[in-house]
Amino acid sequence: MAARHVRTTINGDAVEFVCEADEALLDVLRDRLALTGAKEGCGTGDCGACSVMLDDRLVCSCLVLGVEAEGRKIETIEGMARGGELHPLQRKFLEHAALQCGICTPGFLVAARALLERNPDPTETEVRFWLAGNLCRCTGYDKIVRAVMDAAAELREGRHAA
Amino acid sequence: MHPFSLERPRDLAGAFASGAQAGRNDAPIEFIAGGTDMVQLLQEHVRRPDRLVSLSGLLDATIELSPEGLRIGAAATMADTAAHPAVLEGFPVIAEALLASASPQVRNQATIGGNLLQRTRCPYFRDVGYAACNKRAPGSGCSALGGETRWNAVLGTSQSCIAAHASDLAVALVALDPVVELRSASGQRTVPLAEFHRLPGETPHIETVLEPGEVVAGILVPASPIARRSHYLKVRDRASFEFALVSAAVGLDLEDGIIRDAHVALGGVGTKPWRVPEVEAALSGAALEEAALRQAAALATQGAEPRGGNAFKIELMQRAIVRAIQTAGARA
Ligand SMILES: Cc1cc2nc3c(=O)[nH]c(=O)nc-3n(C[C@H](O)[C@H](O)[C@H](O)COP(=O)(O)OP(=O)(O)OC[C@H]3O[C@@H](n4cnc5c(N)ncnc54)[C@H](O)[C@@H]3O)c2cc1C
Ligand code: SF4
Ligand code: FES
Ligand code: FES
Repeated sequence: MAARHVRTTINGDAVEFVCEADEALLDVLRDRLALTGAKEGCGTGDCGACSVMLDDRLVCSCLVLGVEAEGRKIETIEGMARGGELHPLQRKFLEHAALQCGICTPGFLVAARALLERNPDPTETEVRFWLAGNLCRCTGYDKIVRAVMDAAAELREGRHAA
Repeated sequence: MHPFSLERPRDLAGAFASGAQAGRNDAPIEFIAGGTDMVQLLQEHVRRPDRLVSLSGLLDATIELSPEGLRIGAAATMADTAAHPAVLEGFPVIAEALLASASPQVRNQATIGGNLLQRTRCPYFRDVGYAACNKRAPGSGCSALGGETRWNAVLGTSQSCIAAHASDLAVALVALDPVVELRSASGQRTVPLAEFHRLPGETPHIETVLEPGEVVAGILVPASPIARRSHYLKVRDRASFEFALVSAAVGLDLEDGIIRDAHVALGGVGTKPWRVPEVEAALSGAALEEAALRQAAALATQGAEPRGGNAFKIELMQRAIVRAIQTAGARA
């Protein structure tokens, strides 16, 4: 099977890679590009641990073929912190102990950021609805929801102050 | 994943020429759009095409309201369709069905064309550990007959297959009498959605009327009072991110509390998106009163064949119809 040459932008940098037709974007990120933040929880779209942004849309990278990323913009959890400074969502996840094993955490953070970019002031119900594609086996979700609500509040204040 | 080659044709002519065929589980060449169902099936070795032909960038994703009604381009995503003002305003059943489907991630990636062609959630179909599945491997038998039937259909079944159609959107749409726009090298044709999916009969692996090299280009939904006063009720094992056990799509044309005309379609119970004309006829002229609604809803079960673990759907589908009509009827 002929390997394919694919050009993308990942976390702001031009990135080219070679992959087979039958490789999911998640495998390309993890195995070829050493971006191991996105996790494989299921490989079938059920858990959201592989969440990334593709052309500004939240998607499951396990359901996207690597070849189909040609010419597109990808953002992963690796691009979330600015240098050494954590994104407010990352800080709030630590403060609220919203993670235990951590497998689901990158996916939740990417998904939560996508939510807050569209809806800076979500209700708890909205947070739960928009994070329904992300599963967590450890925390029972409450701490995650609280961390997201708290980060949203901080981001709103920051916005007013600015 | 099963190894395959992937082609990305420059234009639709290239896609037609590939001879790819969707909706047939023995097709050696198949299309891929958003990939949310296809990649999963490839990962699990359920589909084993030699060649995949990508439709990305080839079909339009526009959603437009015109005097004839709503046209949704096949490449429109589930998320964009659910959020479109014209859909929310004039076709709420569509937006509700979509928002009750899958997850934000999947809705952002999945297309409307792919949604209509998604494969069943029959657990035996999706697990190659079970050799017998006529839909996956023609002639191999059916593991669901005599097996676990909770997710399977009670209407439109055959001795070959009892798989329920999985799309929520298709159920919502079929209540509104849309036509599917099909395109191939020989031009364009339209098929009513009600005739687009096939009953399983003896060939459950052939799921639609699509020909080789033919694509779904869009769907046209007539605007109507029925579409405007419509509602989708989905009953499932958890509140979100789960397929339907039973669902009901209803649209009502009301005058002074009397039903002038009603459209009712069911999900989770049929081998294809299932309209219930007997129920609709009984509702016509009825008042929005529980007894009358129950009496009409009982007609939905005509011809139903429950099998063990899915017998609960007989009662559940009637209740779903009644509640969906009450909800739609209570709307301003
Ligand atoms: C985790 C998860 C949960 C889900 N939950 C739900 C749910 O609750 N309710 C629900 O209704 N659905 C649900 N789905 C299914 C989802 O809606 C479908 O996977 C999706 O709509 C398929 O669209 P796609 O563009 O990704 O199609 P693809 O996966 O790319 O293709 C699916 C099929 O359609 C064919 N195809 C695609 N576009 C065209 C076209 N234009 N012309 C001809 N053939 C075409 C392909 O050949 C293929 O056979 C879920 C999916 C996942 C992964
Ligand atoms: S019901 Fe249909 S899809 Fe399910 S095992 Fe039987 S043949 Fe296969
Ligand atoms: S790994 Fe992609 S959704 Fe679970
Ligand atoms: S912290 Fe372990 S799965 Fe969420």
